[in-house]
Amino acid sequence: MLTGKDTAIMTTSTLKGALLAAAAVLAVSAAPGFAQDVSACLITKTDSNPFFVKMKEGALAKAKELGVSLKTYAGKQEGDNEGQVQAVETCIADGAKGILLVPTDSKAIVEAVKKARDAGILVIALDTPLEPLDAADATLATDNFEAGRLIGAWAKATMGPEAETARIAFLDLMPSQPTVDVLRDQGFMTGFGIDPKDLTVIGDEDDPRIVGHDMTYGTEEGGRTAMENLLQKDPMVNLVYAMNEPAAAGGYEALKSMGRESDVLIVAIDGGCPGVTNVAEGAVGATSQQYPLLMASMGIEAIAQYAKDGTLPKPTEGKAFTDTGAVLVTDKPVEGIPSIDTKEGLEKCWG
Amino acid sequence: MAEAKSPAQEFEKGLTGSSTDVASFEREGKTFIERAQHALHSNPALVPLIVLMLSLGLFGALLGSKFFSAFTLTLILQQVAITGIVGAAQTLVVITAGIELSVGAIMVFSSVVMGQFTFRYGIPAPISILCGFAVGGGIGWINGFLVARVKLPPFIVTLGMWQIVLAANFLYSRNETIRSQDIEAQAPLLQLFGAQLKIGGAVFTLGVIAMVVLVFVLNYALTQTAWGRHVYAIGDDPEAAKLAGVKVQKTLMSVYTVSGLICALAGWVLIGRIGSVSPTAGQFANIESITAVVIGGISLFGGRGSILGMLFGALIVGVFALGLRLLGTDPQWTYLLIGLLIIFAVAIDQWIRKVAG
Amino acid sequence: MAEPILTARGLVKRYGRVTALDHADFDLMPGEILAVIGDNGAGKSSLIKAISGAITPDEGEIRLEGAQINFTSPMQARDAGIETVYQNLALSPALSIADNMFMGRELRMKGVMGNVFGKLDKAAMAKFARAKLSELGLMTIQNIHQAVETLSGGQRQGVAVARAAAFGSKVIILDEPTAALGVKESRKVLDLIQDVRSRGMPIVLISHNMPHVFEVADRIHVHRLGRRLCVVDPKDYTMSDAVAFMTGAKQPPQDVLAA
Repeated sequence: MLTGKDTAIMTTSTLKGALLAAAAVLAVSAAPGFAQDVSACLITKTDSNPFFVKMKEGALAKAKELGVSLKTYAGKQEGDNEGQVQAVETCIADGAKGILLVPTDSKAIVEAVKKARDAGILVIALDTPLEPLDAADATLATDNFEAGRLIGAWAKATMGPEAETARIAFLDLMPSQPTVDVLRDQGFMTGFGIDPKDLTVIGDEDDPRIVGHDMTYGTEEGGRTAMENLLQKDPMVNLVYAMNEPAAAGGYEALKSMGRESDVLIVAIDGGCPGVTNVAEGAVGATSQQYPLLMASMGIEAIAQYAKDGTLPKPTEGKAFTDTGAVLVTDKPVEGIPSIDTKEGLEKCWG
Repeated sequence: MAEAKSPAQEFEKGLTGSSTDVASFEREGKTFIERAQHALHSNPALVPLIVLMLSLGLFGALLGSKFFSAFTLTLILQQVAITGIVGAAQTLVVITAGIELSVGAIMVFSSVVMGQFTFRYGIPAPISILCGFAVGGGIGWINGFLVARVKLPPFIVTLGMWQIVLAANFLYSRNETIRSQDIEAQAPLLQLFGAQLKIGGAVFTLGVIAMVVLVFVLNYALTQTAWGRHVYAIGDDPEAAKLAGVKVQKTLMSVYTVSGLICALAGWVLIGRIGSVSPTAGQFANIESITAVVIGGISLFGGRGSILGMLFGALIVGVFALGLRLLGTDPQWTYLLIGLLIIFAVAIDQWIRKVAG
Repeated sequence: MAEPILTARGLVKRYGRVTALDHADFDLMPGEILAVIGDNGAGKSSLIKAISGAITPDEGEIRLEGAQINFTSPMQARDAGIETVYQNLALSPALSIADNMFMGRELRMKGVMGNVFGKLDKAAMAKFARAKLSELGLMTIQNIHQAVETLSGGQRQGVAVARAAAFGSKVIILDEPTAALGVKESRKVLDLIQDVRSRGMPIVLISHNMPHVFEVADRIHVHRLGRRLCVVDPKDYTMSDAVAFMTGAKQPPQDVLAA
């Protein structure tokens, strides 16, 4: 898990530096076409989520550049593990050299991944780590805990002394508490200075500032209903954590219908273009932006590299996986927390 | 009728002196249970209404004024508006003994058409909205054609249509969300149903009013017009209805088309509710609408039930969902209780049918 | 002799290689009960369907009151005055007696409510339904809004017959009206049939039940191998004769043989 040492100041330029460093680690070959016979698979959760659409775009572009032949697969819907297992099997049969996998069920897919690795295929988990993490050869992901921590710390600094008496509504993902949901939620709490108790469970906290947690299923519709429910519990809510941007947009609508939109601070995670625009216009205070395109292109590079000389991408220092970065996007930067403005955020946004 | 006539058939001699009552419709000596069964049989919306009152009372007692305020009660209405409207479409189809799995997909695709036509092509919002209705009605018409004319089972037709429309929705929208702020600035008509009417603490959105008006209009159509009687007759026994002179195919086509149009209306109301136009909305609308219909005491075997029951069913789900959240229970309890309610509702339906026996 | 009210000449209906009707003839006289009997597969149900508009014959002609008719649906036959009470009664069990009697020909309110909003005149329909059931002696009914499924088999048959007789029809066709009923209820239905006939309404009765046929029929049309074999008077022949004709065990005498 994350600790304080990662809070080292990171400006925009140092971020770029970090990315360059990551690229250097991967040692991209300058000679395109060296991997002519390398074939790879990209398996995402769904074909419909813009996050994965962007990821696919990034992977295809990089594959073309490196001459890797890439086939893409996806589950039918969120949670379609069976579809992903079939895709892995197809890739094994197809003789792929590497698989980039965004697991929809990070535990259930492990058996299929093992089969692929036994067949000599490099498996890289993207976005969501497998459980256990070392079930994959490497993991390229957003540090979701860090993404949450960033907006938590920003909210605390922005509210100033009011943070001590904040009334916080949590717009979480779903009742089953998938890892990404837990990491972001607990990261936010850590950043805001709430004792998260057990870091693997949402809801065991006893900080009086917490109004409640409700489920959004990551959609506008769910966000609105969840926000309404939480406002019923306590109309004095003045800070909203949203696990993603559609949920934040839905929460904003609920606040607006009650005339509360201007005196409630909303923070979110994702960095999709509509979400960043919402930050630019002030509906949302800040969002943590993640980089699906980068994950995918780094993944393709890693496969090409592995095919060439057998080296694997190194995990980010201090972490068990390669962090593709989460950057705070806001137009109201606070001291001590690195951030980019929405103009830059919009250049890098997805979806 | 023939009286005191000597039996025409030898074997009927034994009948002489037995009761000549054939069409005596009132049986005597009914127990309370039988009376209740009969009352429920003739008023299918009674059970959900009672359950709704009980659940309102229960949560009112547990939560007090936090729950029993004009604001909270009207908030429940806002939260069930979409389900109520889609449930109305579902009700029509279920009464004909069909099932409509594509309602949610039609709804979200119609809303995407309304939004994208306005923003991608710059078509004036009123025309885009009409296009959205045309798309919804058109998809409903195709469903109706396949069910009524090609005689495919409604489950299969709408299962396929669900996938097709949802895929078309994602392909066409390119998974893009149109932001609430943009809609507000450029085409506020799309958000019409989000407009609010405040009466004291009570907040009614136009979406809520649309739902209530729609349900009452359809209730009128189903109970007071020939079309409505035909819809019930088709669900009851399509062969009998046809022989009795009902234009079965035409009526079925109209039911599916109207259902598609109602889904398009739901799509418009959806924009008002969530502010934005999002292709990922409404994923559970089909299941939610079927839940409302079943809890509302409408028989999935067709021909029975009242659309008012569906409205009560949707409200019961809304009351439980909000009430349990306010109590601070794990959301899984909501699903568990709704599951129990569904089974309870179907058991009641079966029991009521026994009155026919 | 009076002119027949309903006649058919040379009806042919083929289903692929099966010929269901092979130049069949049919005559119904005014005010009579004509029973149609025939073994299974003799084509009597095809004959009835052709007359009631449920199927369209490939060849031949049907005349009602001397005018040629070409039905393509039961609705057209019904509009022309030929009412059929099907074996399954064509009632909607969950709907009320009044709803069922008016199914497909509902009455609307007068004025704007009826013309624009299509509102049904339920009071008028209930009154009419009650009157018709009373006429046929079926009126111990207290609640005309009772669902049909709460009625006994005989009562349902009564509602179906009343519906057929209620709307100024010229001919009523009854398909196996007693097949699903008990002894007592069959009796009531047979009485009902005679009651309807006594109002001058001609009836075509399809039945397998020979005692019932011989009791109420004025003439018996024996159908065999897709055509009318003969028409006999039940007073001149026994039930065994009829069964023998119908099954081909015995040839009918020349004078009753169909042309």
